[in-house]
Amino acid sequence: MILTLLLVALPLAGSAAVFALPEREAVRFSVLVTSLTLLDAVVLAASFDYDRAGEIQKAVDWSWVSAIGLRFHLGVDGISLPLVVLTALLTMLCTIYLLRPTSMPSRPRFLTSLLMLLEVAMIGTFVALDLLLFFVFFELVLLPMYAVIAGWGGPGRTAAARQFIVYTLLGSGFLLVGLFLIYAHAGTLDMVVLAHRHGEGLSRTVQVVAFLFVAGGLAVKVPMWPLHTWLPDAHTEAPTVGSVLLAGVLLKMGTYGLVRIAVPILPEGAAAVAPYLGAFGVIGIIYAGLACLAQRNLKRLIAFSSVGHMGLVLLGIASLTPVGINGALYLNVAHGLITGLLFFLVGGVAERYSTTDIAKLGGGLLAAAPRLGSLLVFASVASLGVPGLAGFWGEMLAMFSAYRPNPLLDRGVYLTFLAVAGLGSVLTATYFLVMLRRVAYGDVAARWRTVRIRDVTSVEWASWVPLVVIVVVFGLWPASLLGMTNDAVQSLLGGG
Amino acid sequence: MSAVQNIDFLAIAPPLVLAVAAIGVLVVDVFLPPRVSRLVGDGALAGVALSLAASVTLALDGLPRRTFCVIAEVQGAGPPSCSYVADKFTLLFQFVVLLAGAVVLLMARSEIVETRLPTGEFHFLMLAAMSGALTLAASRDLVTLIVSLELVSLPVFVLAALRREDGRSSEAGLKMFLISVVSTAVMLFGLSLVYAATGTVYLDRIALALDIAGPLGAVAAVGTVLVLVGFAFKVSAVPFHFWAPDTYEGAPIAVAAFLSVVSKAAGFAGLVLILIVGFRPYTDVWGPVLAVLAALTMTVGNLVALRQHRAVRLLAWSSIAQAGYMLAPLGAAGAIADKGAGRQQDLNELAGATVAYVAIYAAMTIGAFAVVAFVRWLGPNGGRDLDDYRGLVRTHPLIAVAFGFFLACLAGLPPGLAGLFAKVIVFRAVVDGGVAWLAVVIAINTAIGLYYYLAWAARLFAPRPDGVTVRAGRTPYPAAAAILVPAVGAAALSVMPQLVFGVSPLMSLAGR
Repeated sequence: MILTLLLVALPLAGSAAVFALPEREAVRFSVLVTSLTLLDAVVLAASFDYDRAGEIQKAVDWSWVSAIGLRFHLGVDGISLPLVVLTALLTMLCTIYLLRPTSMPSRPRFLTSLLMLLEVAMIGTFVALDLLLFFVFFELVLLPMYAVIAGWGGPGRTAAARQFIVYTLLGSGFLLVGLFLIYAHAGTLDMVVLAHRHGEGLSRTVQVVAFLFVAGGLAVKVPMWPLHTWLPDAHTEAPTVGSVLLAGVLLKMGTYGLVRIAVPILPEGAAAVAPYLGAFGVIGIIYAGLACLAQRNLKRLIAFSSVGHMGLVLLGIASLTPVGINGALYLNVAHGLITGLLFFLVGGVAERYSTTDIAKLGGGLLAAAPRLGSLLVFASVASLGVPGLAGFWGEMLAMFSAYRPNPLLDRGVYLTFLAVAGLGSVLTATYFLVMLRRVAYGDVAARWRTVRIRDVTSVEWASWVPLVVIVVVFGLWPASLLGMTNDAVQSLLGGG
Repeated sequence: MSAVQNIDFLAIAPPLVLAVAAIGVLVVDVFLPPRVSRLVGDGALAGVALSLAASVTLALDGLPRRTFCVIAEVQGAGPPSCSYVADKFTLLFQFVVLLAGAVVLLMARSEIVETRLPTGEFHFLMLAAMSGALTLAASRDLVTLIVSLELVSLPVFVLAALRREDGRSSEAGLKMFLISVVSTAVMLFGLSLVYAATGTVYLDRIALALDIAGPLGAVAAVGTVLVLVGFAFKVSAVPFHFWAPDTYEGAPIAVAAFLSVVSKAAGFAGLVLILIVGFRPYTDVWGPVLAVLAALTMTVGNLVALRQHRAVRLLAWSSIAQAGYMLAPLGAAGAIADKGAGRQQDLNELAGATVAYVAIYAAMTIGAFAVVAFVRWLGPNGGRDLDDYRGLVRTHPLIAVAFGFFLACLAGLPPGLAGLFAKVIVFRAVVDGGVAWLAVVIAINTAIGLYYYLAWAARLFAPRPDGVTVRAGRTPYPAAAAILVPAVGAAALSVMPQLVFGVSPLMSLAGR
């Protein structure tokens, strides 16, 4: 189907074509390309048959390398569609953000080309239906993101970029071994066929080992505690557009892989390993909460908060119930929107104050730049999961699923997880409120009184408002998203 | 009856053209004034191009073609028994050798000038060795095989020692010479045992003779293992690899590239021919040996490569490790020994996986060497250390991107899809062959390999260390072409790996 193909073809063509233009035109051109891609994604979503959201639609299925059974197999269902739209949206907003006349990036052709290449890889990961193709797209993300961090990042970018690539490559090695194992024993790379089999034909041992490898590889990307240590540095040192895409999309690829590959294809492996995933998830929640409380840097704080949120996503997946996985997917999308917005805002703060150190900012953002301050308050409140905004439903469903996990799992353990995760939400609320008190409220610090702090500019409005609107819509009308994912989750889990 | 045969000159045109060109180059260099002999390099390239044209003609003209066959009276009801066969297998290897050889000649241009290598000798020896490699892929009897294998090796000893004033170069040549001579002796001894047991030198007849369990079966088995050992030296498999890193580093870099790609490809062509065509009834003898060799080779190669800081040494160890992956499918042959009807098919798949890996390996490795040869003439450190590659993307963006692509291919990581596909097809062959432990070893080694290739690739994008200036300026056209050709090849194989998949010397065996 042409719409699915265009999702990857448009940005790919754009990433090459941008070099034919003068540097001045690069950003505007990339806005055009990413807007067209978003338009394509929206048309795709509009023509999607929501009554059959559990099935793969709009599929492209071409034989590519028949000798190894590799097919160029793309398609969307209720799970991937929201993520595809999210990716297209965030990439477009990132390119719009680059339009700011005040701070033109250096070498804009190269940067926008990388961003469009990233979009190809990210969308490709979500629409690939062949294990090897999935791996190809999944890995294709690494090099452009590495280059974005290393080329346009902050002062510690070299070390951060290296850490990012070394960690994720280690994960890739594991993932590849796991995929090889599945292929070796199941004899096919087709994710649809494999998911329909629900592990039939794979012995329990194979499933457990393969799950360990696949989930281990994906866990680096999620990131799951204790494999998260690349994340704070990478997010902090990356340029704003890099952090937005890292937090907004890249992290989702890990959890998406768990839901799409690990859990449905290896159900017995999932049942054996899930409690550990859940345990690491809740440890991550608490760990991130404590780390954020002690955090002095605003950007690092947002980065660490991602570890906590993704821990909750892991807990939802680890429950192995439709409720939990729906919650995880919801939280995935919500986190992508909210944390994407938060990184945009922090980028805005950094641009105005030339620092993200909380003590140096010294409070009074609401007084100095009321609109920017309000947006920061809004995003933080959304992130801590206030009812009525998008963050709430995912958290609630994920926690609820731990109360009633899959009957194969030990309920007592999950009740403990639930209690710990509950404590984690309190911590989350605490550190966000503490941060707001120290940054947004109060009087403008003495050193900033003489400086005129610019409020939100029109380009910034253009790249931030869509996120605000969608966060509210998903908060008030959760069925818009849940209706889509639920059918797909049911069919992946073999129920319904 | 006539003992005089009709020779199919088109079939033997590729090596013949090269041999003629080799002699022509030498004569021109010796007898004509320097004004003319400066064109020697172009002449050699023209010879390669002609030879390539002959291969293309052959490919279009219909395959397989056989020549130098036993006469009808001798043949009787037996197999055709031809010494020289041009089939898909032969042509694939000939394409690989010719293209890689052309790249070697291109990348040698600046090196010849800067280290004052003797042009005539260099090109003569290169063309002679390439012509040997072309013949090797086409040979189907033991004598032709061993003669052409030596034709590949002998010129390379001299080439490795060609930088006469440099002690390391002489050491490189001598080390390789000694080890190669020993390995040839071992191999010849093994072949003589096989000949004693079977009474024939033609590979197809050897297979028939070995199929019948005779009293001399044990002798033939010992011969098989000795031949294996001989080839293990040639393809630098662990534990017969010690010569490789020193030789690569001491030799002129173009020669190292030739050793790493053309010689190795030729070695694998010979190995596949002897094992799959000649010794195929003995898979249970050579299969397990190769499986162990493959596991050792890739593991040792990768682990040692992790600790290298010099560009050429890293490539040397990487090419040892990669040889392990190429051996692996053949190592799985032991497990299919007792299968009945599907056996031929399985052997084809295994051989096809090795052949595909060799072809893809050739494209990505020759590309990496071409970049190293280019960078070697840049900057004060001379590009010897990996750290000299820091910031290459700033000064030479296109070359850095191409190099990053080659390294990604070698690592088997997207966007280097060719390398990924090569690994997958080898893995699949090993799994289908039923050697699970070897599959696990491959998987772990793939993960190890990721690290050192990408650590190198990461340097390309790192900022330049302070105070280092780089000689900027235009890239000379031979160096650019030497990088472009493998880049196009590796990119094509990334999109259409089918081009080199499923090629086995067994396929043209049946029928005339």
